Amino acid sequence: MAYTQANPQNPRFSVLSSSSLSSAEHLSPNSSRFSLPNTPSINTTLGTPRPNLRPNIYDRHLSKTRAAEVSASSFAYLFSEVVQYTQKRVSGINDLERRLNILGYRIGMRVLELNVWRTESTSKAPKREIRFLPALMSIHTQVWRAVFGKPADAIEKSVENDDEYMIVDNEPPITRNISIPRDMSQLSCSSFTAGIVEAVLDGLGFVHDWILPKTPLPIQYVQPARVTAHNTPSDADAYPGRTTILIKLERSVIEREELLK
Amino acid sequence: MTIFGLWVINKAGGLVYQRNFGDGLPNLTSNEYLVLAGTLHGIHAITSRLSPTGPSSGAQVIEGETFKLNILLTHTGTLIFLTSLVEPTADAMLQNVYEIYTEAVMKNPFHTPEMPIRTEGFDTKVTALLGGR
Repeated sequence: MAYTQANPQNPRFSVLSSSSLSSAEHLSPNSSRFSLPNTPSINTTLGTPRPNLRPNIYDRHLSKTRAAEVSASSFAYLFSEVVQYTQKRVSGINDLERRLNILGYRIGMRVLELNVWRTESTSKAPKREIRFLPALMSIHTQVWRAVFGKPADAIEKSVENDDEYMIVDNEPPITRNISIPRDMSQLSCSSFTAGIVEAVLDGLGFVHDWILPKTPLPIQYVQPARVTAHNTPSDADAYPGRTTILIKLERSVIEREELLK
Repeated sequence: MTIFGLWVINKAGGLVYQRNFGDGLPNLTSNEYLVLAGTLHGIHAITSRLSPTGPSSGAQVIEGETFKLNILLTHTGTLIFLTSLVEPTADAMLQNVYEIYTEAVMKNPFHTPEMPIRTEGFDTKVTALLGGR
């Protein structure tokens, strides 16, 4: 808590700094999920860039991704620390998953923006995806490729509920080295990925009902994440780490889809 | 496969992982394993002090008439032991085990450093590499 008090103006730190913040606060409209830090944490005001120095990340070309890969090992260690840090500050598996989801959400917002710039900025007729299935396809291929370097393995539609869709990844790179202990078998660290998907869908205008804000605290903000991750190992043990990202749509989105047909 | 045993000893000399492959190794209680591991750790520490040419990484192979014990000292002080019959590929095996250890144990957020390894991924990958039951 001392950390948040020391930085009351900077909500970036409040996401994980204290366990005393309830989850509802995290999901409120003023939560750090939707805010930007007041002070840039990276010095972007470098004068003339010195030669032999890697260009600042903001100065690099948006679409040249060939040399922009990140070491999988470094990321594995970072993500491992993220999970450990988060685990020390939560009271249960649900809370842990929600916090990973929030962290992923912050990445998803940026991924969406970056992808839109990459694909639409050179297009003669830029567009935003408003139909759900094409949006899901672009998450399955483009978002996955931008984040994980490969497309996801399958898209499925629930046979029981018409508002549920699933993205399946047979071997998610971020959980490749993670073995969940038996007593936490419900946990899926891919909640992080679910957060990314949720942010992209939110940004495209799906999942949450933005048009009818309810006062004072819109009910959808206190609901658990609408995009969740589940362990679904395949039967033949071929993919023990297979993970399903489950997307539950708002009723209003389905109605809108019907109208657009 | 001529690999018989795999031990991982943390930098304090505690046995954090022990597994037998195949028959032939004597049946010991877990307490005896712990004592032996501590002793081996001590022997390794002594050998590293005996070098005539300055600091040394200590013994790498202990060879008996019928079997061989390969030792790998990692950068963090963890020791990996491999018991085998005279196995020429044991060195490469040790490197592979070390690789699996960094992948499945060190990158796993649910593993506490220096504590016994109870990581499913490590078991699976070691089995895939060394066989065993």
